[in-house]
Amino acid sequence: MFLLCLVPALLLVLDWSAELGWLAGWQSALGADQIRSTELRTGLWTLRFLAITLAVSPVRQLTGWSGLARYRRMLGLFVFFYAVVHVATWSWADTNFELSFMLKEIAKHRYILVGMLTFLMLVPLAITSTKGMIRRLGGRRWNRLHRLVYLAAVGGTVHYLWAVKKDTFFPLVYLAVFIVLLSWRVLQAQRPVITPRRTARS
Amino acid sequence: MLIRRPSDIPSSEITPEDQWLDRRAFVKRVGLATASVSLLAACSAGERDGADAHGVAADTAGAGLLQPNSYEDITSYNNYYEFGTDKSDPHDNAGSLRTQPWSVEIAGLVKKPGIMPLEDLLRPHTPEDRTYRLRCVEAWSMVIPWQGIPLRDIITRLDPLPSARFVAFTTLFDPQQMPGQRRPILPWPYVDALRMDEAMHPLTLIATGLYGKALPNQNGAPLRLVVPWKYGFKGVKAIVKMEFLDRQPVTTWNQAAPNEYGFWANVNPQVDHPRWTQSRERRIGEFRRRETLMFNGYAEQVASLYSGMDLRRNF
Repeated sequence: MFLLCLVPALLLVLDWSAELGWLAGWQSALGADQIRSTELRTGLWTLRFLAITLAVSPVRQLTGWSGLARYRRMLGLFVFFYAVVHVATWSWADTNFELSFMLKEIAKHRYILVGMLTFLMLVPLAITSTKGMIRRLGGRRWNRLHRLVYLAAVGGTVHYLWAVKKDTFFPLVYLAVFIVLLSWRVLQAQRPVITPRRTARS
Repeated sequence: MLIRRPSDIPSSEITPEDQWLDRRAFVKRVGLATASVSLLAACSAGERDGADAHGVAADTAGAGLLQPNSYEDITSYNNYYEFGTDKSDPHDNAGSLRTQPWSVEIAGLVKKPGIMPLEDLLRPHTPEDRTYRLRCVEAWSMVIPWQGIPLRDIITRLDPLPSARFVAFTTLFDPQQMPGQRRPILPWPYVDALRMDEAMHPLTLIATGLYGKALPNQNGAPLRLVVPWKYGFKGVKAIVKMEFLDRQPVTTWNQAAPNEYGFWANVNPQVDHPRWTQSRERRIGEFRRRETLMFNGYAEQVASLYSGMDLRRNF
């Protein structure tokens, strides 16, 4: 499972190795603008892993496959991993690590602002993903904090939607997927009979 | 402050350093005078009309120092929504376009309107080599070695009426051949236009080839507009109609998103697009962004066209 989640990253490494001439016989799929492809790919994998992570609970509830739950943390950390590569690529290739230029970009373009806010939301979730942090925070507070992931799903989709020039078909597909995943939770929260714990109501 | 450069310097005075270097190199190259036949032709053509001959020559020579992008990059990374919205779609899908036979409708305020077979339109002219920077509004750029005919030569022959102030170009509309047109991504057919003095500027080109080969379909075959100081979307591809007008026409991207894409679309590092900062660009093949030049580096030749115009409002 871990290796499967790493496949997109491995493909990226292989493609870049080929681009840099380190790997003969591998056909890079990055195209003419390798930076843009890298950003697009890592951004999409961030959203995909976010959707997969959010699908764990519904799938578990629908199928009764409780073993799925133990992958949730790892999947969530892969969301963060691809987001880090995404933001790092932008910071390096697009802003040359110039802080003042980065801040101007964030202030000027709403899709970058939303993207950055979304990334910042993911940071505390990744930090508090260890057993120790869960213990220290306490389950209740940890749960409340980790509801930020719903906001991150909205933020990530809006970032994608606003970044696209004209053809919004795929951003809208992601939007639809997240609407389904989030409304499942709203519906669950409104039917307290199914879950033994009633604290989920909000 | 968002803008570092003071805006009180007229754009005509902003001459980027590398352009100056290009100009000096031009003098040296003429001294060597090897492949300068087409350069000299461009000079004399310019002088005949009493215009910017110096500018054209300098640019054409400067282009000799520009490092063109590879044929593969130029033909596999395109914005041509008629064949799909991905950059690789035109390469993958444009094979369905048939460019022979082809004809162009000459319409509007012109001596002899009518439909002209492509051969008749192009035959009297000899294609010239023009290596230009291409700057996309999405903040990436390439250097492309075009072959083509200066638009002014074609227009002069077509003999528009004195009342013609704009010329509009229309792309073929045929969803059978252009699968991207089956979705209403843009209000088809694609139309863009130039003011007459822009169209008559010696840099403005009707491209018919690149890298010495026939223009590939994904790059706008059989004929496309190239206006090197404007964002790439002004370069109408697969032209089927040229219409001379007495007023500014509605253009496709401007119609689709008026606050994002202006009619003028001059490359301007000081005026940002809501989505893209225009002060820097990624030259395809380079890792870090480079500074974008005023009028895409052609300020020397074209800035005078816009003297007195507020380029911030007329973006």
